[in-house]
Amino acid sequence: MDLWSKLEYVAWALSFVFGALMVFDLIRTDSTYDNDLLTSSREGEIEVTAERHII
Amino acid sequence: MANGTTSEAQTERLQLLRVLGPAHIWALGVGIVLVGEYMGWNFSVGKGGMIAGLIACWVAGLLYTCVAMIDSEVTSTVAAAGGQYAQAKHIVGPLMAFNVGLFLVMAYTMLEAANAITVGFLLDSVAGMQGHSGLDQHPFIILSIMFLAWLNYRGVLATLTFNLVITAIAFLAIIVLFLSVQFGASSVPLDFSAITNDPLPYGWVGIVASLHFGLWYYLGIEGTCQAAEEVRSPARSLPYGTMAGIMTLLIAATMTWYVCSGLIPWEYLGQAGTPLFDAARVTGNSGLMVLLFVGTMFSTLASANGCINDASRAWFSMGRDRYLPSWFGAVHPVYRTPYRAIVFLVPIALIFALGAPLDQVVTFSILSGLLGYTFMTFNMIMFRNKWPLHTIKRGYVHPFHPLPTIVLLTLCSTAYFAVFLGYGTQLIAMMCFYIIASLWFHFRRYQFVRRGDQFTMPWPKPLGY
Repeated sequence: MDLWSKLEYVAWALSFVFGALMVFDLIRTDSTYDNDLLTSSREGEIEVTAERHII
Repeated sequence: MANGTTSEAQTERLQLLRVLGPAHIWALGVGIVLVGEYMGWNFSVGKGGMIAGLIACWVAGLLYTCVAMIDSEVTSTVAAAGGQYAQAKHIVGPLMAFNVGLFLVMAYTMLEAANAITVGFLLDSVAGMQGHSGLDQHPFIILSIMFLAWLNYRGVLATLTFNLVITAIAFLAIIVLFLSVQFGASSVPLDFSAITNDPLPYGWVGIVASLHFGLWYYLGIEGTCQAAEEVRSPARSLPYGTMAGIMTLLIAATMTWYVCSGLIPWEYLGQAGTPLFDAARVTGNSGLMVLLFVGTMFSTLASANGCINDASRAWFSMGRDRYLPSWFGAVHPVYRTPYRAIVFLVPIALIFALGAPLDQVVTFSILSGLLGYTFMTFNMIMFRNKWPLHTIKRGYVHPFHPLPTIVLLTLCSTAYFAVFLGYGTQLIAMMCFYIIASLWFHFRRYQFVRRGDQFTMPWPKPLGY
C-alpha cells in the first residue's frame, strides 16, 4: 500500500470524524436548549441597537 | 447564557456574532472568486482567441465593478444576513426575495460542489505525477466539504480568518509569478505574436461567446453582503471590503491573462485545466510550480469555504422569515452560527459534487449568479426612487446613477446571449425550476410567513406610500 492509498483511508476517516462532530453537536444542542431560544434571532435587531439612520 | 443574548431585548435572544472587519469581508469576496483566476477563465480564450479573452476580462470587470458599487450602496443600509435576499425583501417584495434567496443558495452550493470536484482533480493530478494512477477522488471531495462545513459550524471569525490567510497566499502567488516572469525567471520568453498574427480567429462573435467564461474572473464578489449581520461596522466595512475586493480581482485578472497568454499558445490555453499552474510549469522553475500548485489548492479551498458561509446565511435568513421552515432559522448558542442551515446544505453539496459533471455544475452556478445580477438592476432603481439620498443615511453612495445600472443590465443581457449560445438547454431548465419554485412559494408557503415581522429595517416610509 503506497502513500496515496493510505491518504485515501485517512481522508475517509477524517470525513467521518468531521461529519460526526457536527451531527452529535447538533443533536446535543437541540436536546439541551429550547427551540424558541434557538430560533429567537431577529433580523435588524442589532442594527437598531448599533446605529440608527439619522442624517 | 448571558453572553449569548442581546441586552436590549426584553426576552432572551440569540444573534449572530458581530466580530468581522473589512479584511474579513475582503477575504470572503476575493476568496470565493480567486479560484476563477486559477481555472475556468481561460475557456474564454478558447472561444475567441487572445484578444477576445482580454476583452472578456475587462468587460466582465466592468460588469462586476457595477455590481460591487450597487451592492455596496444598498447593503450598507440593509445590514442583515442574507445579503441580496434581505435587500429584495425590503425593496421589491416577498416573491422576488424568495427567488433571490434561491439564486444565492444555488449559486454558492453549486460553486462549492465545483470546488470540491476540483480539489479531487488536483490531487489526482499530483498522484499521477508521482506514479500513482487511479486515485479515488471521492474521499478527498467529501473531506474538503466536511472539513470546511465543520469550520463554518464552529464560528465565523475562525472561518474567515482562515480564508484571509489562504486567499492572501493565493493572490501573492499570482503576483510572484508575474514579477518572476517579468524579471527573467522563466526559461521561455513571453510571446504575444498571436495578437498580430491571429487576432480574432472566430471573428466578433467569438468575443461575445468568450464573455460567458470571462465572468469566472469575478463571479461571487457580491457574496460580501452575506456577512452584513456579522461585521462590526456594516456601513464602513462592507463597502470598503467589497470595493477593495473588486480592485484586487481586476489586478489579478489582468496579470493572469498577461502571464498565461504570453507563456502558453492560445490554442492550448483555451483548453487547459489549470492555466496558472501550467504557466508555472512552462517557466521550468520548480519553485514557481510548487507555489502555483499551493495557490491553486488554496484558492479552491477558500472559494468552497466562502460558499458554505454565504449559502448557509441565505438559507438561514429565509428560515428566520419563514420563507422556509423556521427550523432553519436557528443560531448556535455557543458558536453563534446558523448551524442547522450549515449541516442541512452539506448533503446537497455532496450530491452535486459526487453525482454531477463539473461543467454542468458551474453553468448552473453562473446562471443563478446572472439572475441575481439582473435583479440588482431594478432593485437599485427602485431603491433610489423609494428612498432618495436625503431619506436614508448610506455608508457608500455610488456615482453616476443610473449609468452603472444601465451598463449592468446591458452586460447581463449580452451574457445571457453568450450563455444561450453554449448552454441554451440548461438556461431554459433553470428558468423552469425557478418558475415552479415561485408557484410553490406563492400558493403554498407564503401563508406561513409572518408578514408584519419580515420588514425590520428602521427606515422611513418609502416615497409615495
